Amino acid sequence: MTTSQIIKENQTGSFDVEIVRKDFPLLKRMVHGKPLVYLDNAATSQKPLSVIEAIERYYSEENANIHRGVHWLSERATEAYEDSRARIARYINAAKPQEVIFTRGTTESINLVAFSWGWKNLRDGDEVLISAMEHHSNIVPWQMICAKTGAKLRVIPVSDNGDILLDEYRNLLNPKTRIVAVTHVSNVLGTVNPIAEMVQWAHDNGSLFLLDGAQSIPHMDVNVRDLDCDFFAFSGHKLFGPTGIGVLYGKFALLEEMDPYQGGGDMIRSVTFEKTIYNSVPHKFEAGTPHIAGGIGLGEAIVYLEKLNRHAAEIHETNLLHYGESLLRHIPGVRIIGNAKEKAGAISFLMDGVHPHDIGTILDQEGIAIRTGHHCCQPLMERFGIPATARASLAFYNSREDLDALAEALGKVRDIFHY
Amino acid sequence: MSDLRDLYQEVILDHSKNPRNFRKSETANRTAVGYNPLCGDKMTLFITVENGIVTDASFQGSGCAISTASASMMTESLKGKSEEEADELFRQFQNMVTAPMDQEPDTEALGKLRVFAGVREFPARVKCASLAWHTLEAAIHGESEEPVSTE
Ligand SMILES: Cc1ncc(COP(=O)(O)O)c(C=O)c1O
Repeated sequence: MTTSQIIKENQTGSFDVEIVRKDFPLLKRMVHGKPLVYLDNAATSQKPLSVIEAIERYYSEENANIHRGVHWLSERATEAYEDSRARIARYINAAKPQEVIFTRGTTESINLVAFSWGWKNLRDGDEVLISAMEHHSNIVPWQMICAKTGAKLRVIPVSDNGDILLDEYRNLLNPKTRIVAVTHVSNVLGTVNPIAEMVQWAHDNGSLFLLDGAQSIPHMDVNVRDLDCDFFAFSGHKLFGPTGIGVLYGKFALLEEMDPYQGGGDMIRSVTFEKTIYNSVPHKFEAGTPHIAGGIGLGEAIVYLEKLNRHAAEIHETNLLHYGESLLRHIPGVRIIGNAKEKAGAISFLMDGVHPHDIGTILDQEGIAIRTGHHCCQPLMERFGIPATARASLAFYNSREDLDALAEALGKVRDIFHY
Repeated sequence: MSDLRDLYQEVILDHSKNPRNFRKSETANRTAVGYNPLCGDKMTLFITVENGIVTDASFQGSGCAISTASASMMTESLKGKSEEEADELFRQFQNMVTAPMDQEPDTEALGKLRVFAGVREFPARVKCASLAWHTLEAAIHGESEEPVSTE
């Protein structure tokens, strides 16, 4: 046995999925009289008890508005909220907490960059480069700002396997390319894109790089400074935290140059009717009372992740993905959509003669939650010439038994449809 | 517990695998496009109305078993019906698939279409069953060029 194998085994050994599952109260519930098999983690993840309790504790013991009061409670709430920011900054290895802006989620984070940075910097004839596997939230904001500024949206194609075509990417980069906005992991295909390399090329070309991390950070450690991306967007609810809270990481110098996205309270230093002086980064981008409980809950989710053996969890998930794929491949008539070189999180599939929506309903009766549809990626569906897929998506708390249940239920689908 | 066999009845499976009237129509004087963005179901409905009577009904598109079977059986049931009778079918069908479980909706006119009663136990699938019918309403009454959406 090689050393790396020994390390791998030891670390896998220290990750016991049955123990981890106990931390997630929802996983214990029954659906339609069957134990829940939750395979819709790409849509949203379940929350550990510690996160649920942190939110409850905040509302029952610490609730106050932040950055506003001189009273004890307000100071306490402000401290908890800012502690979360600092923890998130450390978790993604930002240079400082101010580089972490709280938003409502990935969608708002991307909109913030498109409208704040884009409005100021995009000119007629400039280009914004995205990929064919983007979520609508990394397409539509760019279309909107392009329409306002006269910039053009260009699209990097993907191969039949679901890999970004790097040669095409290289060809599309040109002096007019101002920003590249690409997903780290595809929510449909599961593709893990070669981001470090892509960022490097963008920078060599003088373009900025926004990374949509909605589907990567729940599955892998993300180090924004190693990747060297200029912006990184993710959602709390997919990272075992609450809904309604998310993050935009941006390099400090870029954030300083950008104008506020919304106006209101908290984002100002002083206001007269003649002139308003904006607050500093990150507060400049956080107008109004934020989702304080959400920020605290997300911080607690990160505390949870920090305690987990992340490396072992990642190996567990990769093994699960391979296990799930091999189970599905052995079911006659099942075809996996997305066979990229490197994958994480999602297995999209089709079944001959059965529409994904019907698969979803039949699986639901077995207590199995998957997602069916276009997954907010209509252009990608078009690229593959399909209206929809069925998608099983994983988290570290999933087990082989979950995937066995999936495979067995797919057998029932075949029975019902007589295939 | 809701039973899958109530939803996927043999007749429904048969129509979903071998949809009837699955073709374009050259004579149609009423057409509409129906779209369910949630599932990506899309259909074009072709209706020929002569002297207030539906003389032909057909459809094309792609969708799940429920929406395909519903469109197939709808086109079969429409032929020979007046526009008013078609409206009444729509009303009764819609009632049947959306009525609360403790009510017995009037399904008098529906005939064979009653096999879709089981959809009621699957709220997420009501839109699939009614897509064809909403598209029909748009074809008969609609002015809009926009596709009908069940969202
Ligand atoms: C790749 C990707 N980007 C962006 C989003 C949008 O995330 P949210 O809806 O939390 O803003 C999602 C969520 O489905 C996603 O999968």
